[in-house]
Amino acid sequence: MTIHGWLQIALVLAVLLGLTPLVGGYLVRVYDGSSRWAIRLERLIYRLAGIDAEHEQHWTTYGGALLSFSVVATLLTYLMLRLQAMLPLNPADMAAVGPTQAFETAASFATNTNWQSYGGETTMSYLSQMLQLTFQNFVSAGAGMAVAVALVRGIARRDRADGIVGNFWVDLVRSVVYVLLPLSVILALLLVHQGVIQTFDAYRAVTTLEGGTQTIALGPVASQEAIKQLGTNGGGFFNANAAHPFENPTPWSNLLSLVALLLIPSAFTVVLGRMTGKPRHGWTVWVVMAAFWTVGVSSAYVAEAQGTSLLAKAGVALPASADQPGGNMEGKEVRFGISASALYAVSTTATSTGSVNAMHDSFTPLGGLVPLLMIELGEVVFGGVGVGLGGMLFFVALAVFLAGLMIGRTPTYLGKRIGQREIQVVMLGVLIFPALVLGGSALAISVPVGLAGLGNDGAHGLSEVLYAFSSTAGNNGSAFAGLSGGSAFYNVAFGLATLVGRFVPMLSMVALGGFLAEQAGGSGGEAAFPVTGPLFGLLLAGTILLLGALTFYPVLALGPIAEHLSMLAAMRN
Amino acid sequence: MFASLLGTAFRLAIVLTVCTGLLYPGVVTGVAQLLFPFQANGSLVEHNGRVVGSELLAQPFSEAAYLHARASAAGGGYDATASSGTNAGPTSSRLRDALTARALVAESLGVARGEIPADMITASASGLDPHVSPANARRQLVRVARARGVPVASLDTLLGRYVEPRTLGVLGEPRVNVLRFNLMLDSLLSIR
Repeated sequence: MTIHGWLQIALVLAVLLGLTPLVGGYLVRVYDGSSRWAIRLERLIYRLAGIDAEHEQHWTTYGGALLSFSVVATLLTYLMLRLQAMLPLNPADMAAVGPTQAFETAASFATNTNWQSYGGETTMSYLSQMLQLTFQNFVSAGAGMAVAVALVRGIARRDRADGIVGNFWVDLVRSVVYVLLPLSVILALLLVHQGVIQTFDAYRAVTTLEGGTQTIALGPVASQEAIKQLGTNGGGFFNANAAHPFENPTPWSNLLSLVALLLIPSAFTVVLGRMTGKPRHGWTVWVVMAAFWTVGVSSAYVAEAQGTSLLAKAGVALPASADQPGGNMEGKEVRFGISASALYAVSTTATSTGSVNAMHDSFTPLGGLVPLLMIELGEVVFGGVGVGLGGMLFFVALAVFLAGLMIGRTPTYLGKRIGQREIQVVMLGVLIFPALVLGGSALAISVPVGLAGLGNDGAHGLSEVLYAFSSTAGNNGSAFAGLSGGSAFYNVAFGLATLVGRFVPMLSMVALGGFLAEQAGGSGGEAAFPVTGPLFGLLLAGTILLLGALTFYPVLALGPIAEHLSMLAAMRN
Repeated sequence: MFASLLGTAFRLAIVLTVCTGLLYPGVVTGVAQLLFPFQANGSLVEHNGRVVGSELLAQPFSEAAYLHARASAAGGGYDATASSGTNAGPTSSRLRDALTARALVAESLGVARGEIPADMITASASGLDPHVSPANARRQLVRVARARGVPVASLDTLLGRYVEPRTLGVLGEPRVNVLRFNLMLDSLLSIR
């Protein structure tokens, strides 16, 4: 560990804190319709798609629109991938993507997961990368943002009690046109300046300095890289994702990527505060998120900087010095070193992004446990764009409900009752994730086709499977990549996990927003449990830990924790 | 209701595909090629009038007179169409065997046990890491100097100029670009 490493972590948090109110304030103006600088493009899109932008939807219609859009987008992507060999912009002559692979990829990108059981540069044509994968990066992010806005509107709505939460099409289009597209253009150009490539030229063969031949994979990378981070998507253009120097060439590009993937989820806490008229409530939620993030990054940094018993036995200088990074550098890049790799690993899993700048599979047992835990806490530590806040609001509702039980009052949240049906959809949204993770992992390690995919044996093998189901059901997309996830069994299992893990919680969020929008809400909620300040922050953090940690502790003990203990035992011998 | 929603969904999906899947990458490509053509096309570097690689990608070096890049699991090694790490688990026998074999190479350079730079015997994440740490480079200079018949001290001075520091003093790690250093060696010194 070095002072530079800690300062780097502090710098990222400071930049994020500085940008959050700016972007959050802008998001509020986008969703209440007062920002109108792109009104002509927006109206053109409505006219071409036949959308009545003035019409507000009941929450059931809103949820139906979300579902229809996702079904259509998934099918379009599936078709495109199956047909890519016949379509233009395929200079490397990629063959059609196989049926289970295309299903898994379509489901994965439509659900903002971007789990990749293929290597981009060996599978996808340029047209597929752009037309389907870049497109999905935008709209899956936009759909997540729309759902969060609908939920917050439901909480905030006071004037009527009719279950109206907004217009899904409008929220989606405005998310894309006003937020994701302009930010992506700026970020993409900054990334190209740093060295990220952006070209339609074919792969290029060069003669190396020693006279060998090296073929260099190229492509329109920066445009996809930008939205992959901003939309917390995470699917890499190349197999090595943001560890590839063409995706993430410098410490600057790494900082830009980190801030980009944290920015919108972080700014959504401001949307919550401002739209409900309780800015301090939004900031309380932000502080809880930032606290989990800080503890996570610090733990991963310490674990990775300490290295492993194998490295020590091989003779590696584990303490960092002025001219070498020290620690566990297996699966890490020199330009990032330990601190920036730990920062990235935790940020990408906390936010449901899933892009990686180091290989999580080769992290130390405890260093790998942290990203896994970040996913398993429900990806509410900033979380995915929109859905991160939605997931956090499940826990807020749960915390309020628990507090209500403890003090013996009817639980109310910002003047609205958290009653039986509200808590039912909350529990559905919260519990589907552990059910998929634990059920899926148990199935995979019980059948030969599942075990055949393991890249490592013993406790680490279990961690690989557990990570894979956490990542897909949680719509993260990062991996302990030693697992060969490209088999038909895993493609189908992961495809289903992403779909159920995405739409059950999202529809629960819309329903919760709808139920709350059906209450006019009392203004005299002042006697209710306060939802700002340290007391509520601790209660919220406790609720997240209670559910996440207790659900997964037994299986974590068999995976990463067992591996850590066996490593300690090996060190003593 | 569902049928009309599906219709709208289909039309919107097509419109947004054009906006985000064609126009957006097209515009970014145009502007990038105009403003930053060197970076946009892969930071390709020339030597004696021919392109010898990308300064951002590791390429295989095995001759004694060159700095060697970090170990690579990209394809058969340094394959820039198949980026990958080893994904070997931290306690796996696969990693133990690889580390043991590479530690022998470090030993042949006279690096004492317990002093091997952390990036010297580990494989990178992408398999294409273009950098090594300054300590790693310095340890290799012994071999390079012998092959080129020059004193280590003079190479060490040159190396000092090729160390890229942390950005803003805190971001990333100090590093040496292997290809750029080797190109400099070739233009200044012949191979004996």
